[in-house]
Amino acid sequence: MSRFNAGKEGALAPRSVPPDRAPAALQPRWRRDFPIDWDEDDYVSRRDLVKYVVLTSGAFVVGQAWIAYKSLFGRRAAPAHALPVASVNELPVGGAKTFAYPEGSTPRLLVRTGSNAFVAYDQQCTHLQCPVVPAVEQGKLHCPCHNGWFDLQSGDPIAGPPRRRLPRVNVEVHDGTVYATGVEGSAI
Amino acid sequence: MKSKSPFARSQRMTIVNGIFVLVLILVVLQLWLLSATMNAYLGGDAAVALPAAIASAVCLGLNVGLLRYLYRFE
Repeated sequence: MSRFNAGKEGALAPRSVPPDRAPAALQPRWRRDFPIDWDEDDYVSRRDLVKYVVLTSGAFVVGQAWIAYKSLFGRRAAPAHALPVASVNELPVGGAKTFAYPEGSTPRLLVRTGSNAFVAYDQQCTHLQCPVVPAVEQGKLHCPCHNGWFDLQSGDPIAGPPRRRLPRVNVEVHDGTVYATGVEGSAI
Repeated sequence: MKSKSPFARSQRMTIVNGIFVLVLILVVLQLWLLSATMNAYLGGDAAVALPAAIASAVCLGLNVGLLRYLYRFE
């Protein structure tokens, strides 16, 4: 015997309450002929929703595993090699120059902060990749897009939206030439 | 013959809703973990990647356990 009493004209089983809660006599013919156990339907729908949320949870684990794999076995930074990027006489104190290190990289910014002092950073702001410009008199680097500020000596963010430091390019001076010798502070 | 659930229909709905809330909380925690790990990784700090992956896997294990319980009590 059917649990829904589908054979009786106009009668829905007590368990089968239509979604609009209207009396059985007001329900369309198809619903009276093929009554659905709506409570059971709600339960199965909710259970399937839980299932798909758990699948989303699995997707997050895959993402985490990918990051862990990249951090453990991903491409290591190439061994540092010295690359001449400027001559000392080329830049006045307070002057700046962009260069690529290693070749084909994102733009780097070399700043002369003293007679024999140079610092270099990735030129892309760590907020939204806008190019930063030096404000040597203030001892800062400025990102004009969203008014972000970095410390010129360390590359640390000191104001505005950026939360991560600028990747630093190590530089050395030999025989009147500035060499880039490595990059630190970036996983990419 | 299919075994009958020890829970009444309204109880089952309450249980599935409770499990859904727990699973949702764990997934939100995983989302936070993923965004924080990605931020740290892009900032050059790769040390948190493995512990975060383990924590996320534990959350998945809890979620799978809750889902398994949901299917088993029917």
